[in-house]
Amino acid sequence: MLGEPRADRIVIVGASLAGLRAAETLRAEGFTGSLTLIGDETHPPYDRPPLSKQVLLGKVAADRTGLPQRRRLDADWRLGVRAGGLDPVGKRVLLDDGADVPFDRLLIATGTRARPWPHPDEAALDGVFTLRTSGDAAALAARLDAGPRRVLVIGAGFTGSEIASACRERGLEVTVAERGPAPLVGALGGTLGELAAKLQRAHGVDLRCGVTVTALEGDGRLTGAQFSDGTRIDADIAVIALGAVRNTEWLAESGLAAGPRGVTCDAGCRAFDMYGIVTDDIFAAGDVARFPHPLFEYQLLSLEHWGNAVAQAEVAAHNMVSPGPRRRPHLTVPAFWSSQFGLNIKSVGVPTFSDQVVIAQGSLKDARLVAVYGYRGRVTAAVSVNQARSLDYYRHLIETAAPFPPAPGAADQRESPVPVPSDVPDPKLLSHGPTVALTGHLPDRRLTVVQPAR
Amino acid sequence: MHIVVDLNRCQGYAQCAFLAPGVFTMHGEESLLYTPVVPEEQRERVRRAVAACPVQAILVGEEAGTGAR
Repeated sequence: MLGEPRADRIVIVGASLAGLRAAETLRAEGFTGSLTLIGDETHPPYDRPPLSKQVLLGKVAADRTGLPQRRRLDADWRLGVRAGGLDPVGKRVLLDDGADVPFDRLLIATGTRARPWPHPDEAALDGVFTLRTSGDAAALAARLDAGPRRVLVIGAGFTGSEIASACRERGLEVTVAERGPAPLVGALGGTLGELAAKLQRAHGVDLRCGVTVTALEGDGRLTGAQFSDGTRIDADIAVIALGAVRNTEWLAESGLAAGPRGVTCDAGCRAFDMYGIVTDDIFAAGDVARFPHPLFEYQLLSLEHWGNAVAQAEVAAHNMVSPGPRRRPHLTVPAFWSSQFGLNIKSVGVPTFSDQVVIAQGSLKDARLVAVYGYRGRVTAAVSVNQARSLDYYRHLIETAAPFPPAPGAADQRESPVPVPSDVPDPKLLSHGPTVALTGHLPDRRLTVVQPAR
Repeated sequence: MHIVVDLNRCQGYAQCAFLAPGVFTMHGEESLLYTPVVPEEQRERVRRAVAACPVQAILVGEEAGTGAR
């Protein structure tokens, strides 16, 4: 490695949660060199989870979710400019405005963007939205304030379900269209998918599963939608919640192992090149990264999770300023939360990495429970519904590869303790992309959809 | 003053919602909603909430990237 690792030039591409936390960690670990953050959005780093919750409920303005920083960064922020390319030999990031930014070490934290509606003419109709940025949230919240007659949400993953929940809470009529058999089924499997479907209907959502939206109608302005089962609805707002696309196009000519599935890196967050050779000056973290995890048989994981962005950014930053033997692996157990229809849903582990599920505590009827997932006889995930305090215990079971099903004994266990198939569908059956993608090689499972580069 | 709550860590003890109800509210039994930008008059209450959180899930600081160009 050239230069002094604590006093040269580090460039971070991506100025959101992962980029910010990495920058803080670099300074905390004594990095005194020049630090540049490049972000295509004009806003300083802001928190995205509130956008589909507080912001759509009208409790917080969309431009008021800025993230706090933990320390002074003394960084050069280049906001509102997109990175368009990477020259790994000359060690420069090429910006769309024609400038280039030299680096000694680079962190790629460009995250994802909302997957657009596939028909550009329909996507351009007034009233058609996606929800990823604070600008998206501001525009959508303003239109919800105006009291639309009906909102159509396309895709019943977490984001789509949270949007539907916020709309119902505001008293708006909502239709949710999902190609798969139930909401959340792609992330949580069949048992909790069924619970989510019941919950949405109990809250007055017009939930339509097993259908696709074949056309968004309107003349300049959205007026309605047609479904694959021949039905149609009137709607003045449609929110496209079809998952995310990883922002890797700018790396297409870089020679890195970067593509639709993300930037492949090792457990220490170092990016691989296209030949599978690990680099030592380019790192990746957050939603854009794809990394091996020993708890999940070293399959490559990409996680669209807030907690992963934080944890992986901290490991990447540490490793960027540490000599080899002092580097750390990113081994955090994946975790996320969602708040919808009055319920707090929290997950640890990877529920899609499972063949069976058992309700270990509580009951589906009360919508208060812990579902534990197993794969080939060991615990791989747990999901709590309004029972978050139990989850730490199951995280420990996952970390120690405890046998599945877990031993009975919870005082409030009311369901049958017999595991049932976890029924995780192939993601290609769903409207929305998976928020957790496992892309290793298990011959009997296909948990991602390969989309060839255009 | 800006805040962010690590909701992976949050277990819904609701101490913050008692100490600074103008900033933190429980939504349903277990979900926490909060106002990321803390109004001036709430700062002391928020500091107490940060200190009282049993799982230390609340991060407080100045807005990131201020002075960014």
